[in-house]
Amino acid sequence: MAAEAIAANGVLAPPRRFPVTRRLFRHRLFVTGLILFGSMLFLAVAADWIAPHNPMRMQFRMRFRPPGEGFLFGTDNFGRDIFSRLCFGARLSLGIGFAVVIVNGVFGTAIGLIAGYFRRADEWLMRVMDALMAFPAVLLALAIAAALGPSAANAVIALSVVYIPRTARIVRATVLVVREMDYVQAARAFGGRDLWIIFRHILPNSLAPLIVQLTFIFAYAVLAESILSFLGVGPPPPTPTWGNMIAEGKDYIREAWWIAMFPGLAICLTVLGLNLLGDGLRDVLDPRLKVQQG
Amino acid sequence: MFWYAARRIAASVPVLLLVTLISFSMMHLVPGDPAAAIAGSGATNAEIEAIRLQLGLDKPFLVQLATWFGGLLQGDLGRSILLNRPVWQAIVERLPITLPLALFALALTLLIGIPAGVIAALRANTWVDQAVTGLAMLGVSVPSFWLALMLIVLFGVHLEWLPTGGFVPFSEDPAAWARSMVLPSISLALLQIGLLARITRGTMLEVLRQDYVRTARAKGLPGWMVIGKHALKNVMVPVVTVIGISFGLLLSGSIVIETVYGMPGIGRLIANAIFGRDYPVIQGGLLLTGTILVLLNLVVDLLYAVIDPRVRYGR
Repeated sequence: MAAEAIAANGVLAPPRRFPVTRRLFRHRLFVTGLILFGSMLFLAVAADWIAPHNPMRMQFRMRFRPPGEGFLFGTDNFGRDIFSRLCFGARLSLGIGFAVVIVNGVFGTAIGLIAGYFRRADEWLMRVMDALMAFPAVLLALAIAAALGPSAANAVIALSVVYIPRTARIVRATVLVVREMDYVQAARAFGGRDLWIIFRHILPNSLAPLIVQLTFIFAYAVLAESILSFLGVGPPPPTPTWGNMIAEGKDYIREAWWIAMFPGLAICLTVLGLNLLGDGLRDVLDPRLKVQQG
Repeated sequence: MFWYAARRIAASVPVLLLVTLISFSMMHLVPGDPAAAIAGSGATNAEIEAIRLQLGLDKPFLVQLATWFGGLLQGDLGRSILLNRPVWQAIVERLPITLPLALFALALTLLIGIPAGVIAALRANTWVDQAVTGLAMLGVSVPSFWLALMLIVLFGVHLEWLPTGGFVPFSEDPAAWARSMVLPSISLALLQIGLLARITRGTMLEVLRQDYVRTARAKGLPGWMVIGKHALKNVMVPVVTVIGISFGLLLSGSIVIETVYGMPGIGRLIANAIFGRDYPVIQGGLLLTGTILVLLNLVVDLLYAVIDPRVRYGR
């Protein structure tokens, strides 16, 4: 693919304006991921227009309708339309995932920058991160969410906290490399202030691995949120989250498999899409990371 | 080696203390009065007071922490509120269910994950590689509890090959026990099979590019010997790391898997504790897994240093 790009551009041709975007759109898996994630995002954003029924409306005469016959994905044990709940569930599940990316990104980056740049803070900050990493992420998130109480906001807090060490470590590792670069040394020699150096030089040059990492965190967060909801410490029912819908379908799995199946498929497609996006971004933005990460 | 080990052990002491502190603090994250939250909405004042006394919540935070820590040193993890028995005992009782489940899942992971990754790397960029990478990607994207439900529908309800859930003790009926373990182990293993296949493939590709592999090929060694003697040995390093991570994944996986299949193991114990706000069990579970993981990492690191001298002098 690289050879192709050179041949197409010609070695001496002036550089294209968006070489990274071009390379991304030639990356087949990235595009697949974009389509998968994009369609789930479309369900979430357009839920008000495309959902054929009110997601909360119970119709007891319509309980356990199989897929088809006026209900695309069937109805659940309260006679609610599963496709409509799936669309509104996308809004909440993706919304929680995105909020986790933001909260986790801000705090993880801050901790990583401080630990990587200021030697004195490094030691104990990283010990705290090690301690947080010592717990299985999902178990710790369940414990925090259970203590704070079941709600969307608390799910965001719990998931952001448990994934902070991963983000902080990635940022710290890149900062350790970047801070030794000549241009940082030069900025320091010219008497640049620490904060200015961090925001002008270090942060922009640490962005690539950070973006890759946050894409994967998005995937983890969607997956883990479904577990919180499934075990009853996410946003409480009757709120439609994908995990809640599967939990409700679990009790009727023998008679009405469709209640649990469709929201699960939605989770699979979303997480698969995000993982593909992450892999694609990593290949294009940051090839060095390719082997280290699973 | 001695100094490396000493430094590494010294570094894990503060981490262990922090793990203890985080586990303990869980109950104090509860907004408002933890005793009232545990007692539930219908509880009388006397019941709330009794729980407050039982958990020592009437004392200052530091005194509580010291008491808890003192208990830990004597091997006392506290008492479960829901089960009214020591947390330690509740965990040990459920070990015979969760341990075989975890071991089956781990065996599946190793038996499928490593060969799949090696084959994909040897046939890089062919349809075999694409199929393996695709399946591995799917494996890390599927929620395990949902997969568990779908396996129940397919193999339990439609084909009626396997039980849809429940647990039969080995001593009662070994054949039924084995049958009741099949679907849970598969559901639990899938994520890790995907992870391990991806990591093995990546490392194997890296190893195949190394000089010593080229030398071995140039010497005229047959392909299987190059792979078996030179390449595979170096692939084992990341594999050991993955097995270390597996412990945490198996435990958090068993929380949902045992819930779906109705198996009364440690995962189910923790799920019930989280659902019923049984904080002593949550604290004990966190502390135990956190401590085991820190120690496992320590052992893995020391093993690396034994196997690979570069680790000892590096950095």
